[in-house]
Amino acid sequence: MSETGRHADVPEETLPSERETAHVSVEKAENPFADPGLPPHEHRIQDIDERAAKRSERVVALQFLVSMLATVAFIASYVAVPVDKIVYIWPIGHISALNFALGLSLGVALFCIGAGAVHWARTLMSDVEVADERHPIEAEPEVKAKVMEDFAQGAKESGFGRRKLVRNTLFGALAMVPLSGVVLLRDLGPLPGTKLRTTGWKRGVRLVNQSTNLPLRPEDIAVGSLTFAKPEGLEDDAEDFNVQIAKDALMIVRIKPEDIKDKQELSWSYDGIVAYSKICTHVGCPISLYEQQTHHVLCPCHQSTFDLSDGGRVIFGPAGHALPQLHIMVKDGFLEAASGFEEPVGPSFWERG
Amino acid sequence: MSNETSATTTRRGKAPRGERVADWADGRLGIYSLAKANMRKIFPDHWSFMLGEVALYSFIIIILTGVYLTLFFHPSMAEVVYHGSYVPMHGIRMTQAFESTLAISFDVRGGLLIRQIHHWAALVFLAAMMVHMMRVFFTGAFRKPREVNWLFGFLLFVLGMFTGFTGYSLPDDLLSGTGVRFIEGVILAMPLVGSYLQMFIFGGEFPGHDIIPRFFTVHVLLLPGIMLGLLVAHLILVFYHKHTQFPGAGKTNNNVVGMPLLPVYMAKAGGFFFLVFGVISVIAAVASINPVWAIGPYRPDQVSTGAQPDWYMGFAEGLVRVMPGWEWNFWGHTVNFGVLIPILVFPLVLVAIAVYPFVESWIRGDKREHHILDRPRNVPTRTGFGVAWLVAYFVMLIGGGNDLWATHFHLSINSITWFVRIAFFVGPVLAFIATKRICMGLQRRDRDKVLHGRESGIIKRLPHGEFIEVHEPLDQEQLHVLTQHEQPTPIELGPEVDENGVERKVSRTQKLRAKLSKSYYGEDSVIPKPTVEEYKEITSGHGHH
Repeated sequence: MSETGRHADVPEETLPSERETAHVSVEKAENPFADPGLPPHEHRIQDIDERAAKRSERVVALQFLVSMLATVAFIASYVAVPVDKIVYIWPIGHISALNFALGLSLGVALFCIGAGAVHWARTLMSDVEVADERHPIEAEPEVKAKVMEDFAQGAKESGFGRRKLVRNTLFGALAMVPLSGVVLLRDLGPLPGTKLRTTGWKRGVRLVNQSTNLPLRPEDIAVGSLTFAKPEGLEDDAEDFNVQIAKDALMIVRIKPEDIKDKQELSWSYDGIVAYSKICTHVGCPISLYEQQTHHVLCPCHQSTFDLSDGGRVIFGPAGHALPQLHIMVKDGFLEAASGFEEPVGPSFWERG
Repeated sequence: MSNETSATTTRRGKAPRGERVADWADGRLGIYSLAKANMRKIFPDHWSFMLGEVALYSFIIIILTGVYLTLFFHPSMAEVVYHGSYVPMHGIRMTQAFESTLAISFDVRGGLLIRQIHHWAALVFLAAMMVHMMRVFFTGAFRKPREVNWLFGFLLFVLGMFTGFTGYSLPDDLLSGTGVRFIEGVILAMPLVGSYLQMFIFGGEFPGHDIIPRFFTVHVLLLPGIMLGLLVAHLILVFYHKHTQFPGAGKTNNNVVGMPLLPVYMAKAGGFFFLVFGVISVIAAVASINPVWAIGPYRPDQVSTGAQPDWYMGFAEGLVRVMPGWEWNFWGHTVNFGVLIPILVFPLVLVAIAVYPFVESWIRGDKREHHILDRPRNVPTRTGFGVAWLVAYFVMLIGGGNDLWATHFHLSINSITWFVRIAFFVGPVLAFIATKRICMGLQRRDRDKVLHGRESGIIKRLPHGEFIEVHEPLDQEQLHVLTQHEQPTPIELGPEVDENGVERKVSRTQKLRAKLSKSYYGEDSVIPKPTVEEYKEITSGHGHH
């Protein structure tokens, strides 16, 4: 059972925070939910005790003083701490001493200004709440009428509505002039042409190990390993290296021929060695995680998962189509491409087909 | 004439220096009229009003530190071999953009600090904008006359995301380069124009040599320029409309209660700028952010695991990660729905919250100005919608970090992805229902408090042994706060057939509006607030239980 209302036999003073409501009690009798109006201002200790106000003043000044000292500390650390000094600071670890000293002193210098200002505002400035009137945003009807009248007169004087030839040719000219700007954007870049379809791979190009820069032999590829390759002749310091490697990067794995499920994949492989584009068909991240047991590869960006033993088929994730496979063969003991990629590598695009 | 007035104000015949300067400025800029209207302008106080300030101040911090960074950063994709002071990178090929970022971090004294303040402030900026937006949303501060300012704020949030993205792409490190590659894939997925756009934006094939300088211009000039304009407009409107306030004693729709701009608000707000700057500086001193030296320069054929965008892009990232890989091929063309749908849903979700003020005012048909904030519980449908939106947003943040969830909590990435796929649709619905019910519960509690007082925690034993808890009646301010809100009645469509038996045409939109109106203001969303009569009936009833 819950008790309702005020209880006569509980002394008033035992109830927590009974507010002073004497000045509104008349209105309250009429409508208990009425707005009681602004509460009376309650004095802070600083308002009535000059000693407390002095204390506050000292606290504020102290904070500004600390800020000054912190700025001195900032300048001192800028001059004194070497830029390459590393220190151990618990619990952060090994960090740049200069960065730590500068950041901490700057932080203290700034924070103390802020803390001082806020403390000043809260304890020493007047805290009397003031009410300001609002005025409707909408203009008075007379103002609106005046504006409409002015506009009508201006429009009439311009002859905008009457002289249709002037108006229409102006619209035409204004509509056409931005075309110049659009045309100027044309040289932002070349047209796509066949750029998205071609790679550096063609018949006879050797597969070069990315890490050793040596042409790959079949015996270099062990079962369970993942090897990254680039076409022979593409050097790291080439001007367009990044553009080329963004399309040409290969990953090579060796799968037991009997484990290869896809017929075409088997015929494009050499002794279980298969070469796939490393560029994910989703949005072009380089795929780099290989699961030896299942021959699945996973793109670390968006987790598209492909089955390299089954034609690079997508088995999970947001990629829309299989990884392109490169047809490889062996000549003079080295792995090389038997043809270029039969389909564009990387993310799909409208003209891909 | 001004000589005369200043002569009368001071005894020595010459005004003090400050006044003379102000006079000079007033004669040319009219500052006195401006100051008259604004110097003692009243600002209401509430902790939640400071969220927008955090956003404002972090934006200023970003501009200050950003200007400093441009003095040292080379937005160039020309390749160099590194021989700088960071030994582990010696001999590695990188672009000048990356090299100069290393120089800022290791050779410029304080450069690392400013870089880290810049990046941390960007994260805080976006977070503060988001939370500020939620405050405005849940309290209904977006209602007339503030709808346009809501849109300005929304645009600032969206532009902030893209400024952030172009910014963290500039160092051309392995992580951000991966993000740029992602953008390339997104552009390519656009039907018809994708490959052309890609060539134009990148100045050729990915990555080319143009994207970093172009991003630089967008990041330091184009977007911040627009944002600065929007920000000024946003603040002018805040001044012009005067700030909203929560209901309370003496607070009405026709006044604004608080402290004057000069001195209190200026000291508090000005001081708060230094507090925010100070805290971000300390964060930048102790917590490293985007350590590009540990990540390495970008190469299109390399990637690291756990690749994550900055948090505000995580929502878009999540959409892209969990979307099934649907792809259509027809007549020699490919439509990559796996990428296309996420990048269409991304703006749609954002626009849903942007247009909300207009939808709500249409449903309610309310043309009045509102300056008293709603308590979220009193508008359960709006609150429910807001929470549902947030749930969709955060579910997608989980999706955006699905690999980290998988590795940190030892979960299967496939099941996380499936969870996100389902939760994106189911979560918001459940959240909406739950929020609405909680709001109704809180409304009931308010009603109870008004009529029966609040629980005082005092247990009393009656003479016959029964224990009761004493309820303390609320004071008038609390009664006012709990009962001041409006409870509009839902729109009635009226009978379908009028008194003459003629069928009345009710358009579909009218029907929809009536339905929505019912969901907002119908009996399922409103606990009738206590009337004065009910209150008097109960409070006069001493002795009865």
